[in-house]
Amino acid sequence: MSPCRRSLLAIGLAALTALPLPALAAEVNLYSARGEELIKPLLDRFTQETGIRVNLVTGKAEALLQRLQSEGVNSPADLLITTDAGRLFQAKAAGVTQPVTSERLQAAIPATYRDPAGHWFGLSLRARPILYVRDKVEPEQLSSYEGLADPQWKGRICIRSSDNVYNQSLVASLIAADGAEATEAWAKGLVANLARPPKGGDRDQILAAAAGQCDLAIANSYYLAGMLTAPEADQREAAGKLAVFWPNQADRGVHVNISGAALTRAAQHPAEAIKLLEFLASDPAQAWYAETNGEYPIRPGIPVGATLAAWGEFKADSLNLERLGELNGEALRLMDRAGWK
Amino acid sequence: MTATAPSTTSRPASARPGPWGVGVTALALILALPLLVVLGFLLVPAGEVWGHLADTVLRDYVTNSLWLMLGVTIGTLIGGVGTAWLTSMCRFPGRGLFEWALLLPMAMPAYIIAYTYTGLLDFAGPVQTLLRAGFGWGYGDYWFPEIRSREGAALMLSLVLYPYVYLLARAAFLSQSLCVLDVSRTLGNGPWRTFFTVALPLARPAIVAGLSLALMETLADYGTVQYFGVATFTTGIFRTWYGLNNTVAAAQLSALLLGFVFLLVALERLSRRGARYHQTSQRHQAIRRYPLRGGRALAAIAFCLLPVACGFLIPAGLLTTWAWRVADTRIDAAFLGLMGHSLGLAATAALLALVLALILGYGRRLHPTRGVTAAVRIAGMGYAVPGTVIAVGVIIPFAWLDNSLDAWMRATFGLSTGLLLSGTLAALLFAYLVRFLAVALQTVESGLGKIRPAMDESARSLGLRPGGVLRRVHLPMLRGSLLTALLLVFVDVLKELPATLILRPFNFNTLAVRVYELAADERLADAAPAALAIVLTGLLPVILLSRSITQSRHAQTT
Repeated sequence: MSPCRRSLLAIGLAALTALPLPALAAEVNLYSARGEELIKPLLDRFTQETGIRVNLVTGKAEALLQRLQSEGVNSPADLLITTDAGRLFQAKAAGVTQPVTSERLQAAIPATYRDPAGHWFGLSLRARPILYVRDKVEPEQLSSYEGLADPQWKGRICIRSSDNVYNQSLVASLIAADGAEATEAWAKGLVANLARPPKGGDRDQILAAAAGQCDLAIANSYYLAGMLTAPEADQREAAGKLAVFWPNQADRGVHVNISGAALTRAAQHPAEAIKLLEFLASDPAQAWYAETNGEYPIRPGIPVGATLAAWGEFKADSLNLERLGELNGEALRLMDRAGWK
Repeated sequence: MTATAPSTTSRPASARPGPWGVGVTALALILALPLLVVLGFLLVPAGEVWGHLADTVLRDYVTNSLWLMLGVTIGTLIGGVGTAWLTSMCRFPGRGLFEWALLLPMAMPAYIIAYTYTGLLDFAGPVQTLLRAGFGWGYGDYWFPEIRSREGAALMLSLVLYPYVYLLARAAFLSQSLCVLDVSRTLGNGPWRTFFTVALPLARPAIVAGLSLALMETLADYGTVQYFGVATFTTGIFRTWYGLNNTVAAAQLSALLLGFVFLLVALERLSRRGARYHQTSQRHQAIRRYPLRGGRALAAIAFCLLPVACGFLIPAGLLTTWAWRVADTRIDAAFLGLMGHSLGLAATAALLALVLALILGYGRRLHPTRGVTAAVRIAGMGYAVPGTVIAVGVIIPFAWLDNSLDAWMRATFGLSTGLLLSGTLAALLFAYLVRFLAVALQTVESGLGKIRPAMDESARSLGLRPGGVLRRVHLPMLRGSLLTALLLVFVDVLKELPATLILRPFNFNTLAVRVYELAADERLADAAPAALAIVLTGLLPVILLSRSITQSRHAQTT
């Protein structure tokens, strides 16, 4: 086959698969770092209520961002959804987002959890508390993240790898609060206190603590909630051995991150996209996040279900989340130097 | 079969390249485009981040990657060559069963086997929990091998990668002319001596081809090493890209990874020292297998059973029990849709890869010039590159092409063409070809290598054009190799995740995507049905094709 004929074929094939859907139907296109399971039911409800069809591609935030950047003005994506603030900050910095002015969104989302210029909006809260084994640790022994570097915890802490963005954000928040030098010393102290080299995900840390390998585990709270309500008895039993401690309540508050969304600069369906954003920030959708995935609603006053309610209220770190994005690289280098695998 | 010096038998390269040479080079360059994009980043300054990497983590990346490669080399050679020899040359109870059962672990993605064994053998898993309960031990009272370690990762990868070596080594053993083996036996060599001094050296190109596939897959692995907390080149690439937000340095690390592959390819060439291995005799009588009895037969059974059990039966059994618990909520109509997508993509990609591999392999045979050879080599290097890196290498040039065309059309005709290639299945299939062409190419080339150039020359002198030689002489002789290539690519695409994730069109999911999403959320039990479906879907072609491979051997003999 000649190269010419081949490229014709490729274009034909591409045209076939990219055949535009009937332009009549209102639709909105999503690039989502939130997995399908954790967003599709909401999207289906949105389609039922509004008749707007939602098209979805899920993937890792960085890769979706790369795709968005490369596709440029012709990108089909209207909304980018990520599971942390740092990536939203990067998207804004890369110039692929645009500001949204919506009174509903401004009323529904506290100012700390959205971009001042309206480039991105938080849609749920994710807290990263300290979990302790009830039989072995008294909550009075705990105080703050900073306290985790104390020698009394030698060989008693489980935490996942520094590859993970949740840890990178946590360390970024410590740098913002205590400065880089103190945080590096803290990270070295924490590494010296680890019960085992970091491995696995957040649930693994909880399981290891329940099995007796360590006394403290650092994990996002919704993982514990998911295990407490899991269909498997062994998961429920393991999770039941741990309790939540909200650190730093006397000062800045517990470290929180968000999942959130941004309107793309190339958006071809901005009106529909904003409607979807408003839907995701609405009371029923917020209650769904809490109920289905154990995340906290983006604003107070939404019912959260028995599991989360039992953990009580907490003070969250009010640090502007953009700082987490700005400090992410510095946090990672610091962890490299501290030998945090 | 004989080893000959390269220059005497290969046709002298014609002075002018001709349509085949030009076409093959152009094709190879198109396929090399994503890698060239990655290599292009070497020209961009990455800032001072390299100083930081060199001071802190780079040494870990290099040593861990090297250790993994060493472990996988040992594991796949022992597992793959040993079982291939036993099943093709010896007779013992269950041989016919093992012949295809040994391929089963191929259907098991490395990250899935890693998840299942962690669930089983980890500190919090049932085995250690039972031990602690039985003996009243606590944490630190006893020693148990740590599954999530560098050695554990090498073991997991070996368990699913040894079939590459097995498949190619077995094909080589089966196609060896029995004359040489007979000669060796009549000269008084026992079976062991014949194996080590005759069969093994003759099968070396095929074994090395299989091994280099396994090693390239090892270098590209991300799921297993990331889950086990082993810092390698791939985890480093993502850490640099995602964490340090430094795309340039990440791409440069990828280029460094390609350096490893160059080294691998060079070593393979060096090990052959330019010698070529062709069949001189076409007499392949039915193989007379060495009969094994008593203890020897038991040992052979145990040796073949071990990799099948550890690489397939145990993890698949675990997956089944997990899947059983969630089956009613997880297996529905949408699930069948996922299967359809996965199968369709894998079959299309496998066929395309086969055709391209034939064109490239035969083109290089026709014109073994340096330029053509280099182009074909580069086109086959994508196998060692993590899927995400390939995906980025596809996105950047495709989007650029689309946007340039769109801009030109807007300026000239006031028409917008939008994105023609980006975000379509065509882009995804292209990425698969870049990533997996090496598998088909290695297999086809190792098959072509066994056909004496004299065959080509005779056919040409009888008036066939190059295309005719390929169609009427090579294709029938290559049937076994072609099926092997098809099978390997099919299974690889079925398991592929990162490129699928990032390049797929809207609302298009596959089984691997489903597994990833649930596993990334640490819901392993919920991921089990889809994982099991990948494994089972992979089984059907594995069984069908392994039968055909056996039959193609019979067809040759009659």
